[in-house]
This record gives sequence, C-alpha cells and structure tokens, in this order.
Amino acid sequence: MHSLAAKKTLALVFALAVVAMACTREEEGGGGGAQGETQAAQADETTLLDEIKQRGTLRCGVNNTVPGFGFDPGTGEIEGFDIDFCRAFAAAVLGDSEAIELVPIDADNRFIALQNGDYDVLVRNTTWTTSRDGAEGVAFMHVNFYDGQALMVRKGDFASIDEMDGTNICVTTGTTTELNLADYFGARDLDFEPIAFEENPQLQRAFISGRCDGWTSDRSQLAGIRSQWPEEEGGPESLIIFDEVISKEPLAPGVLDTEIELHDALDAVVNGLILAEELGVTSANVEETAEDPGEGPVAALLGAPVLDPETGESAPIDSGLGISNDFMIDVISAVGNYGEIFERHVGSESDLELERGINALWTDGGIQYAIPFR
Amino acid sequence: MRVLRAAGQVVFVVVLVVIAREMYLNASFALGSAGRELSYTYLDSRAGFGIKEHVLGYSPNQPLFKAFLAGATNAMLVAAIGIVMATVLGVLIGIARLSSNWMVKKIALVYVEVFRNTPLLVQVIFWYVAVILAIPRIESSVSVFGLAFVSNRGAALPGIRSGADFGTWLLFVLAALPVAATVWRWRSRVHERAGEPHYRWLLSLGVVAVLAGAGYVLLGDAFRVELPELSAHGYSGGLQISPEFAAILVALVVYTAAFIGEIVRGSIMAVSKGQKEAAQALGLSPGQQLRLVVLPQAMRVAIPPINNQYLNLWKNTSLAFAVGFPDLINISTTMVNQAGHALETFSLVVGTYLGTSLLISVAMNALNRAVALRGDTA
Repeated sequence: MHSLAAKKTLALVFALAVVAMACTREEEGGGGGAQGETQAAQADETTLLDEIKQRGTLRCGVNNTVPGFGFDPGTGEIEGFDIDFCRAFAAAVLGDSEAIELVPIDADNRFIALQNGDYDVLVRNTTWTTSRDGAEGVAFMHVNFYDGQALMVRKGDFASIDEMDGTNICVTTGTTTELNLADYFGARDLDFEPIAFEENPQLQRAFISGRCDGWTSDRSQLAGIRSQWPEEEGGPESLIIFDEVISKEPLAPGVLDTEIELHDALDAVVNGLILAEELGVTSANVEETAEDPGEGPVAALLGAPVLDPETGESAPIDSGLGISNDFMIDVISAVGNYGEIFERHVGSESDLELERGINALWTDGGIQYAIPFR
Repeated sequence: MRVLRAAGQVVFVVVLVVIAREMYLNASFALGSAGRELSYTYLDSRAGFGIKEHVLGYSPNQPLFKAFLAGATNAMLVAAIGIVMATVLGVLIGIARLSSNWMVKKIALVYVEVFRNTPLLVQVIFWYVAVILAIPRIESSVSVFGLAFVSNRGAALPGIRSGADFGTWLLFVLAALPVAATVWRWRSRVHERAGEPHYRWLLSLGVVAVLAGAGYVLLGDAFRVELPELSAHGYSGGLQISPEFAAILVALVVYTAAFIGEIVRGSIMAVSKGQKEAAQALGLSPGQQLRLVVLPQAMRVAIPPINNQYLNLWKNTSLAFAVGFPDLINISTTMVNQAGHALETFSLVVGTYLGTSLLISVAMNALNRAVALRGDTA
C-alpha cells in the first residue's frame, strides 16, 4: 500500500516535470516568432500616444528637488519650468493641461523607469548626450533650456577655477557633471578629489562644514540652491558662482526611441512655445489672436486656415502629428509662451533671477530657434 | 521514499531553471522591444569620471571595468577592516555584558540596545554629519606632535612606503617563518615535558623580529616611514583616511559589534556552568578561566551566527552611498548614468555581492569545522 502510494506520487511528479520541460521547449521553438509578431502587432495598433489619449492622463517623470525647475515649495504641489512643459504636453495631446500625473524620480533611476514604462515623458532637467540618445534609448526633443555646468564656492576662497588645484569638489552622483569635472580639471592639469553624494541634503551639509571647497552642478541648479541658502549660513550673498562654463548642458525632454509618434507630437509643442514667443502670441492675447489670426505664420501656429500659394486656397495645415491642428491654442492659454514660462519660474519673476542669456530667441541674440509650422 | 525525495529535488531544480529562464527571456525581450540587447562590451570604454579613493590605482582614462573594480575593492576594504574591528569590539562588549562590575555591565547594555535598535542608515548619516563633519576644518587642523593631522577633510597618519629592496626584505621575513615555527615546537615540547614556562609567543615573534630587523639594516632601503604633510586644501603623503571612509567604517563596526556582543554573551552563557567551576577548582585565574576554558567552547556556538553578522556587514557597505564613499553602489550608479546598461551593471553588482558573501561563508564554515568537537581520534 505504502509503496503503491509512493509510485503514484512519483508518476505524478514526473508528469509535472515533463509538462514543465515541454512548456519550456514549446516556447523555445515558437517563442521568438510569437514575440516578434506581438511586437509588430503592437506597433501597428496602439502607440503610446494612442494609449495616453485612451488613458486620459499624461505621466511625466519630473524632479521635485530643484527650485525653479521642479520643486515642492511645501504646498504638496510640485511646480516649476519643467512642470509647465508637462502641462503644455497634456494640453496639446489631451486638451487639458491638468490631465497630468507627475512622477518624481531621482537622477539615478530616470532612464530605467522610462524604459520600464513607469511614465511617458521625461521632463526632468536632463542633459541630452549621445550615450543617453544611444545606449539609454531616449529620443530627445528640442532643447528647452541651454544650461551649462558651473562651480560654486564660498565668497573669498578662490578667484577662479585655475586657483583650485588640489581641492575637494562635491558633486551629485548620477549626473553628467561627474564626467565633465574630471575632463575640465584634467585638461588644465588641476588635481582634485570628487566627493559624489547621492542626495543634495548630505552634500549641502558637507559643503557648509567645509568638507569641500566647491560645489559643481548645472548653473540653473546652483542658482536655485543659492537662492534658498540658509541665512544662518550667510545667505545667498556668501556664495559665488563662477562665470566659467565647465561644460555644455543642453536640457531637453525625451521619450523612448520606440515612441516616435509621441516624440514628434511633443517636439512640435516645444517648438510651438518658442515660436509663439517669436510671433508675440502670449497667454493674454491668444484667445483674441485665434479669432483673427490672419493667414501667415501665426495662423499656421494656431492651426487656422492659411493661404496655399500654389492652389490659392486657404486651409488649415494638417501636420499629421496625430494631435489636433489647433493644439497650440490650448497650450498657450494654459502656460503661456516660452518666454512667459522662463520668466515665471527661473527668470526675473522668480527667486533664481537667471538671465535669458543664450536661452534668448535667435532674434534677440540667443540661440533658441524653433522650426517653422507649415 | 528516498526515490521520492530525489524526484522532488529534480522537480525543484526544473522549476528553478524554468523561472530563471523566464526572467532572462523577459529581460532580453524588454530590452529587445526598446531596441537594445544584453552586452558587456561597454565595460571596455573609457570611464571618464574621477574616483577619490582606490586600492588598486585608478584614473579617469581607464576603462569602466577598472572603475567598477575600484568600487568593489573599496567596499571590500571597508568590509575586511570592519569585520576585524567589529569582532574585537563585539567580543569585548559580550564579555562586558556578563561582567560582575555593575557599571561596566550597564554601559554595555545601553550600548547594545541603542545601536541594535536604530536603523543603520540613520547611524551612518549621524556619524558623518553630526560627528565627523563637526571636527575642525582644514584651516584649524588638529596636529598630533606634527606626526599626524585630523580635520573634517580626514585623518593623515604616518605611513609606510615600500622601498627598492622591499621584495628582498620580504624574503628575509619568509625565511624567518620556518625558524619561528621550529622554535615554537621546541618550546612547546619543553613545556610539556619539563613544565617550564614556554614563552613560545615571545620567542617565536622575537625570531621573526630579529631576522626582519637584520634584513632592514643590511638592505638599507626596504621601506620608509613617511610623515604626512599639511597642504592648503588637504594632506599629502603618509596614510590618509577620508571622512567618508571613516564614517561608514565606524557606523558598520559599532552597529555590527552590538549584534556580535549579544551572540558572544549568549554563547558564553551556553557553556555549562560546571566547566567554569572546574576551571576554578583547578586554580585558574578569572582571566585564564575565560581564555582557556570558556571562550574556546563558546566559540563553537558563536561561529555560525557570527557568520551571519559578517555577511550583513559586507552587504551593509552598500549604505556608504549615503555619505559619498565610492563603494560598489556609488560607482555603479555613476557608471549607469554615464554609460547606460543599467541591467548589465546591476547584474555585476549582484554577482559581486553574492560571490563575496559566498566566499565569507566558505571561510567561516572552514573555521567552524576547525573548531568543532572532533570524534575520539582527536
């Protein structure tokens, strides 16, 4: 009796094992093809752009620790320059600038989370570099902020970077700044010790205590940190940010390489915001302008009928981006044009008080130059 | 029944293999759909970023693999020193917990309860921010007779630099070892036969010291003692200990020692009371009772749980990222951000932690077997 039960169990166990192996083998044979088909089918049927429209919300991976760009000032709401771009994207795709879900993400995990589909668009003061374009598989859009890496020191310690041989420099891990620092100091034969912190609060403690001589990061970030510098530590006046540009840091929003439809639609939004400033369309006059846009570039921007010189007929331009032709009306009503976003969060109306600098329009001596709408 | 059990194990292995295969397929499918594939060739590309501390040498122009290695060896250095220090401190704490002195006993109790019951991450940040960064700045470095310096940029101690004849000198030391072993055996024999004091530690070490000293004098340039110097922004020369290294090391040692202390206390209590009484009856002093009778028996009980603490200490080195020490995690996150390949990099991180943990376990199991009670043959 006992041995019979044992045999039965044994048979069952083997049967299970065989089934398990069979499953494995079946997959091995047809797996590749089936997966390939599914992938192709997905590409044919639903793109991420469609998915966002069905879902009704746009998920943005954002920063919540950098004043001016993405920061929670204690109200429980993250606000800033990048957040307004997220709103602009939602206004364009969904017609509602409030249909957003902000996913705060740290520098280390932003690309893994994007690849993982934890959010749709990366708008988190991210530098556009070739390896992020390639190895990380990010499709970057038009640069929304031309930043540069700078170095901040206590006033009176050093007059320029060239005096900083043999110093300790604090830096945040997971940023391009670590790389640039080594290159910049190396090229000038200056010796330095990098101290790479995961979190800004620890870095700030180390800087205040005199552990490091300098703090390097994007100029915009340093300006934000400096503006919030505690008064008992000397306040913003006790720090200076050197004018020297250690590296170019073009910050741009991005999506996954595989989501080219979403990339193209949102890229048009970034360009549209810059073009709106160039054409003088603001949140204050957009309604009015939309009623009488004329037939020139303003009409093209706002999706109104424009005159086709070849046929002599007027029709709205269908750019084939998969979003409504007049998306810029919703966008500009919600967040204003590029200049308005800039001044509100990082420019003269903010604590950061950053100059437009190279972020000025190409017509004003800067390098912000948007593609035309036609 | 034995067949059944074997079959059960076969099924278990099959299930494991199927799951592992699924995970691999899932990962490569996910990467594939994002237009990428698993590849480790990126490790040969230039790292480009600086690392302030390294055991084997490193510069930004070396490949990423070297940067990874620097992170791994930094973590291992912390773990190796930490394990030794935590063991010494832990044994002292464990003995103090059983002390007949009320004060000593209570201090040890408070120590254990405080450090065992607060999160390690909090302790790491506490040591760094509240203790080490609060040391005077570099401008007002504390100097110890000009031989050593301490500030919140680290400690600089006199260090030893190997000279041109260092290799030859090592041969002298190696040659001294068999001589010392012979002396040891001779003194042990004399001690056993005649009952004379053996002094075998003193004499064996003396032999090594005399030969090494002779080698040093004969060769002239075996090694030098190098004194640290104060420069404007830091120290140069000598042996330097960075604040970040000190913070993670102190935190790990203090935390782990609390656990080891409790293990040692429990193990001592597990030694039958009769053993101690017998030792007393033989007229051994309290120190001898502990050293010759109680501790050797307690060790057998203590080794397996202490192994767990060593493994924890090794894995907890990963918290070094919180204070900016370039450990495995710190370097790996930097690598991922500069060069991508998160999945590949973190698979290496997992492999390094796992492999080193297994090595620690193997060593501890060997030690366990060495001190285990043997059969009649012993």
